[in-house]
Amino acid sequence: MMPSTTMALGWLILLPFAGGVFSWFAGRRSAQASRWIAAAALLADLVLAASIVRTYPALTGTPAGPADTPAFYHEWLPQFGIGFNLALDGLSLLMVLLTLFIGIICVIISRSEIRHRIGLFHMNLLMATAGILGVFLARDLFLFYFFWELMIVPMYFLIAVWGHENRRYASLKFFIFTQLSGMLMLIAIVGLYFAHGGNTGIYTFDYRQLLGAKIPPAVSIWLMLGFFAAFAVKLPVFLFHTWLPDAHTEAPTAGSVMLAGLLLKTGAYGMIRFMVPLFPESVAAFYYVGAGLAVAGILYGAFMAFSQSDVKRLVAYSSISHMGFVLLGIFTWNEIALQGAVVQMLCHGLSTGGLFILVGAIQERLHTRDIRSMGGLWSSMPRLGGIGMVLAMASLGLPGLGNFVGEFLVLIGAYGKSRLIAGLAALGLVAAAIYSLRFIQGVFHGKVGEREGHSDAGSVEMLVLSALTAALIFIGVYPQPVLDAAKPALRKLTAIAGAQQQPVAADIKDMSAEETGAGK
Amino acid sequence: MTVSDLNALLPLIIIAAAAIILMAAIAVRRNHQLSFLIAALGAVSALISLPAVSSSAPHQATGLFIVDSYSLLFTGLILAGSFITLIFSYERIESQAGFKEEYYLLLLLATLGSIALVSAAHFISFFLGLEILSVSLYALISYERSDAAAIGAGIKYLVLASVSAGFLLFGLALIYFETGTMEFARTSFPAAMGSVNIMLFAGYALVFVGIGFKLGIVPFHMWTPDVYDGAPTPISAFIASVSKGAVLGLLLRYAGKAGIPAGTSLFTVISLVAAGSMIAGNLLALFEDRVRRILAYSSISHMGYMLTAFLAGGALASAAVAFYLAAYFVTIFAAFGTLVMMNQGNARADRISDFRSLAWKQPWQAGVFIASLFSLAGIPMTAGFTAKFYVIYAGAKSGLWTLLIIVAASSVIGLFYYLRVIIAMFEHYDADEATDTPRIPVKNASAVTMAVLLLFLVLLGVWPGPVIQMIADLAVIR
Repeated sequence: MMPSTTMALGWLILLPFAGGVFSWFAGRRSAQASRWIAAAALLADLVLAASIVRTYPALTGTPAGPADTPAFYHEWLPQFGIGFNLALDGLSLLMVLLTLFIGIICVIISRSEIRHRIGLFHMNLLMATAGILGVFLARDLFLFYFFWELMIVPMYFLIAVWGHENRRYASLKFFIFTQLSGMLMLIAIVGLYFAHGGNTGIYTFDYRQLLGAKIPPAVSIWLMLGFFAAFAVKLPVFLFHTWLPDAHTEAPTAGSVMLAGLLLKTGAYGMIRFMVPLFPESVAAFYYVGAGLAVAGILYGAFMAFSQSDVKRLVAYSSISHMGFVLLGIFTWNEIALQGAVVQMLCHGLSTGGLFILVGAIQERLHTRDIRSMGGLWSSMPRLGGIGMVLAMASLGLPGLGNFVGEFLVLIGAYGKSRLIAGLAALGLVAAAIYSLRFIQGVFHGKVGEREGHSDAGSVEMLVLSALTAALIFIGVYPQPVLDAAKPALRKLTAIAGAQQQPVAADIKDMSAEETGAGK
Repeated sequence: MTVSDLNALLPLIIIAAAAIILMAAIAVRRNHQLSFLIAALGAVSALISLPAVSSSAPHQATGLFIVDSYSLLFTGLILAGSFITLIFSYERIESQAGFKEEYYLLLLLATLGSIALVSAAHFISFFLGLEILSVSLYALISYERSDAAAIGAGIKYLVLASVSAGFLLFGLALIYFETGTMEFARTSFPAAMGSVNIMLFAGYALVFVGIGFKLGIVPFHMWTPDVYDGAPTPISAFIASVSKGAVLGLLLRYAGKAGIPAGTSLFTVISLVAAGSMIAGNLLALFEDRVRRILAYSSISHMGYMLTAFLAGGALASAAVAFYLAAYFVTIFAAFGTLVMMNQGNARADRISDFRSLAWKQPWQAGVFIASLFSLAGIPMTAGFTAKFYVIYAGAKSGLWTLLIIVAASSVIGLFYYLRVIIAMFEHYDADEATDTPRIPVKNASAVTMAVLLLFLVLLGVWPGPVIQMIADLAVIR
């Protein structure tokens, strides 16, 4: 694929940024105007993304037509070899679309929950979106770090200002965890820069040039760990996860959706795009640690989700479990597992986002998140109950819904590398069934709890939730477009980093042709 | 001394002349506004003279001073800092009882001492500059004689500065005893590192004690919180930026082109001091409730970051330190500027609780303060981010990994207390309790200054390329 330069990628980031500023100013006069500007900016961005896809059909993975993909470059700090270097490929595209989709949903659902400082709220929401888009588009390590840090600040404010009771503690914890790990990554980035520069004489932060840098293993493992720290906290990997339940629980609904739907994905994306391709040997040597942490996360998250009485915490812990599959896919590092990881990233964003919206809607009506004081809500809110059922089924990995495709592909990929690990990870599916069903039973079924008689979901809520479930069903039944879009990018990444990895069993490779059938 | 010498020393001469004119003016008739104008005019015309002087640089003016692009860069920073201090001071001094005019005289003298320090090429000018700076600061810190805290801070500074000056003099004497010369060029660190000479080592260590006190680094940091707390707010800003910056400029110059060679015992000592400053500064700030003391402790840790860059050595070290200093100037003046504005008239704000809900009541003022705190914490899109990146860049190039890990860890601790202040500003409030915390009165001159500082703060964070290039070109030690 040949990259061709286009300014559109810059606009993709600038649009939400500018929209955020305008929305802030508008918010001083009219809350409604602020909401509309925010939504319009994101919608315009989505249209822009769609037009980029039209111009560059190669992004969707269609073999026909020109093979070039868009890129953008502008000098930034030439003294250090830093450029404003953006590029879009299928993998980034999927993430960009998810970001904009979730971003629009966040604006819509905040309409009733956020009642004060509305302009500032939308500015933070859009700034975070812009930062996340930057993370997915950056192809310069310094620029990547810049956006990586930039998205944290508005996210922090979203939790700290508009969050629930314990928001100060949760926001602080979130900020400190991500900052510390981010600083370690910065040191690793600069270390990589000098290691590569010392070898070749080319001092640059350009991702493409740094790929394939020859770094002695003793150094490489430390640099890899620096990257791993930052991504592991975001993902979150087991042992690095303690910020997540607090942050997700205390954030306002839009914040939780943003965190679960997008922020966690930046960690996984960072591993796929940067960590493994830059340090393939070190990651391969790290396989059992990484895969072990993934399995531990899958089981631990599921176990903890089962034992929560706070429904928001329950969903938060289920995130840890689901993201464990993504981590497993990444460390397995073959095409099937990676495809699974990508599908899982998208579907987790949609399903968990939906669950947080659902839980937020219930909390708004019942003023509690305690599952013990709920029950029998189906009778008063059948619509929310129906949607909740679908989302819980997605979460437990029911075939026909997107999450199944993701988890299944990851397990196939992982099986080829280590049966033990794949077997243990598969237990996570069983555990997911237990906590998901407990959630449905505790909230919607059983005796009518002490808090009863509430209005069902309104039309806007239904629209949002239906859109999410429709997307989940679509990916579950027909995942081919997603797989096609991701394929060229993943092929390229596996080709870069695959040589050093163990070869995948041939029979499993053949299955890639049939994999889509398995999803049905 | 020739005409070209005088030309090279023009900034020094202008400031000295402004001080003399001001003194004469006070003798004829006391007038606050006129005194302010003379001082401000002096600083501005010295700034304007810099391009003219730079055409003759580098120039060795007598044995005492060297005027080159490096000294001129620092002179520019010092003059800009003094000018901002002057603006911040005016309102405060205006509302104060007692004599007002000498304040500007002392400030000009402190500026003079600072410029002498960064242009020094000889022990004599080094010590003269340091003492002119210190003596003016004693008086400036205690300028509000009705305030017991100010007197206390002044005495503390006086006693400790005198003791450290004693150490410094003794160190200089030892070096002179061994080398037989007082010129920097022939006594700087690397030249002496070939042989282990206990006398010389003791000399350098004692000189470093004197410098360390001025920088307020561990273990000579005890005075910073008290002095920042007791001194008039603009003077606290001046000490944090100009005074420390001038001494840092001297340290870099004295270490010479190569810096301090890694592996020597002096290098180890300074590494420990840097690590200690970063850790202790940030840890001590955690337990503070007063914003000024928090800024004092944070300045200790920032000196630690700058020392880390300094240890990297070579041309990169001086460029990184100079850029960090420029970024720190902008940041610290923005932060103290907010404090200055919040402490005008009857308003007094110092504790974190005084900043409650500021973001809702006065969003612009709070915005500047938040930006400066983020910059101190090193968050992207602020000057502090670029500066911290520069430190890590310089450190990584020289392989100072342990120090860099400490930079990372301690700056995260730092984040903790910066966020405490920020989160207080975002606390919800009801319009009924609006009288609870002081409102910031906004004066035009201060508002314009703050806006300019904010502009630079963001510019250095988003598009620092040209400034980095300029500083890297200028901050070259020959």
